[in-house]
Amino acid sequence: MLQLTRREALGAGAGAFAITAFGLPAMAAAVEDAIKKFTGGAMPAEGGVDLTAPEIAENGNTVPIEVAAEGAEAIAVFADGNPAPEVCTFNFGPLAGSSSAATRIRLAKTQNVIAVARFPDGSFKMAKAVVKVTIGGCGG
Amino acid sequence: MAKIKPRVKVPKKAEAGDVITIKALISHPMESGRRKDKKTGKLIPRKIINRFTCDFVGASQSGNVIDVQLEPAISTNPYFQFEAKVPESGEFRFKWVEDGGAVYELAKKITVG
Repeated sequence: MLQLTRREALGAGAGAFAITAFGLPAMAAAVEDAIKKFTGGAMPAEGGVDLTAPEIAENGNTVPIEVAAEGAEAIAVFADGNPAPEVCTFNFGPLAGSSSAATRIRLAKTQNVIAVARFPDGSFKMAKAVVKVTIGGCGG
Repeated sequence: MAKIKPRVKVPKKAEAGDVITIKALISHPMESGRRKDKKTGKLIPRKIINRFTCDFVGASQSGNVIDVQLEPAISTNPYFQFEAKVPESGEFRFKWVEDGGAVYELAKKITVG
């Protein structure tokens, strides 16, 4: 049995935290595939989409997010650290007041939330936000 | 199992051409298909709301407001907030589709004038 002193335990915790923080910029392959499925093969450029998500979510079972993209006809939301990257897709109809929507999502762990907007001219744009999750969702 | 009950908040009155905010919620467990039954150790089958739509139906103008495709990553009791244009008096019709084909519907009237 490995015995940890209080000091060592704290150090190990901080180390693990640093690894997760530095490991984040690399996007998981699964999320890239899911985005390409939505865009038809291209990785969209960043900017032009507003994604509002909390920096720290205490409970990963219900994380409030908000997406908006002026003039977009659809916005898809992805989470790269979940067992399945797709979160939801909003399709805006002719009577939508604006291309924006808010909902609550599940996040299994600290990860990137990505919103990709499709515009009527066929172009795509995306936004990314890191959400730190202290208690993961998705059960298990 | 908790009863599945849809609820929406739509203003009763608006001016023609107004943009209003709609809030829609349905109490639903959104079983992700990844949770295990604590007693048997078996996976609980997936059962989620997979589609939510809102349409406006008026005397002369009708149209879709929003059509959302949901995945298991949407929280229990899925909640949506969005904006809609009000062309005239009529009603907003909301529809939630569950895995397996069950449909839950709700309509709210709105008066212009």
